[in-house]
Order: sequence, then C-alpha cells, then structure tokens
Amino acid sequence: MQISARRINSTTIFDVIGDIDLANSPEIRKALLREIKETKTPRVVMNLLKVRYIDSSGVASLVEGLKASRDAGTRFILFGLSPAAREVLQLSRLLKIFEVHETEEQALA
Amino acid sequence: MSGDLLLKVELRSDPSMLCVVRAAMERLTETFGFSAAECRSVTRAVDEAITNIMRHTYGGALDRPIEVLCQRVPKRPGARGGEGFEVLLIDCGPAVDPAKLRGRRLDEIKPGGLGLHFIRQSMDVVEFNRIGDANQLRLIKYLQAEKQD
Repeated sequence: MQISARRINSTTIFDVIGDIDLANSPEIRKALLREIKETKTPRVVMNLLKVRYIDSSGVASLVEGLKASRDAGTRFILFGLSPAAREVLQLSRLLKIFEVHETEEQALA
Repeated sequence: MSGDLLLKVELRSDPSMLCVVRAAMERLTETFGFSAAECRSVTRAVDEAITNIMRHTYGGALDRPIEVLCQRVPKRPGARGGEGFEVLLIDCGPAVDPAKLRGRRLDEIKPGGLGLHFIRQSMDVVEFNRIGDANQLRLIKYLQAEKQD
C-alpha cells in the first residue's frame, strides 16, 4: 500500500494505492488524524480509485477520520470506491454517513 | 477431516501475509464455482477471521502459527444448494471466550467490531471450537445451486 498527499488550496487529497488491511491501516489512520487534528485542514479527501480491498480495520480508520473531522468542524470526503470497498461500507451500514463521490472533480466541487 | 482437501496453508501471524491468503482465496473460490460477489464475500470472511486471530488471539505477535485448511464438503441434506466450501482456521492461542464473539451493533457509528459481522454475513456456517490446545474456527459457504454437467 502506498499513500501520498497533494495539497490544493485548503484541501488535502490522499492518494492511496493498494489494499488497505491490518498491515497498513495504522498508517492510513495516522496520516488522516494528523491532517485533521494537527494540521486542521478544512477539507480532507481520500482518493480510493486504486484501492481494490478494504478490511474492517481500514473501515475503522475511515470512521476515525470522519469522527475527527466532525469534531473539528471540517469535511472528510471519499471518492473512487471500488466494488469491494463500496460493498464493505454497505455491509457495515456506513456508506450513508460518509460524503462519497465518484470522481475527484465532484469531490472538489 | 471430512471433506476433499483443496488447499492447506501454514502461515505466521504477520499481517503482511494477509494479502497472500486473500490472493489464494480469490482464485480458489473462483475455481470452486462461486459468483464474483460470493468470491469477494468468502475472501473477506477469511481475511477478517485471520485478522481477528492476529489481533486478538495472538495480541499482535508476528511469529505465531495459523493453519488454513480449505476443503470441499457435501451439500446439506435436504437443502437446495450445492456442495460446500469449508475453511478451517486453527491457531494455538489461549482459549477464546465464545461470549466475546459478537460483533457490535451496526447502528453505532464507531470504529472497530465489524470483522465478526462481516464473517457472519458472508458464511452459511460459523462455528468456533476449542480442540485440545487449539482454537478452530469452521466456516462454510454453500454453492447456491448444483452445478450442471
């Protein structure tokens, strides 16, 4: 799994490549919480176009990011969900609580 | 063992091995005859079950043994579905309290507690047994209908 960050104005976009599972979800969590809690970025966007699989620990990291952004009064957005990623959020009944878009353009609109 | 062995894997409790197991499960379930959605579902269940062993049973230790046995089992008597894909996950950790094998409520928005929920949603049979000094999790998914020759 690789994660990198891009900054566009007041938005940080995390580009994630690969599977998110127990081996690397702590890295995702750390990057998200640093950006939301410490840097206090107004809008944090997760690009999941190249993420084929997310396990429950990955979902937990995304939920932590969402809760942190709610506490901070900022926005946390997901886009480019694969069928497997979408399924896992649907199964956990969490899909509706996230702001989800198909494309980066929509996420940044 | 009661079925035809399809795959036997012994791994250590290192999370970097999870992707290897997923790759094997994706191909094996496809070969077995499951639909694409069912393949993802069974793979997810096995991945989550092994993750639970690594995190909770072995407490994050990287060098403990986990055995994965996959076998073909007969269809359920009287059931309309086809034969079953059984996965046995065996670890040598301390005994697990079955009362703790409950997923969290889904109306709570909080991290954690989803793994067992995914497993139960994906599989037709989820059984936990303590056999000697080992924990054994038995998962079975049945084909929805008999394959036509």
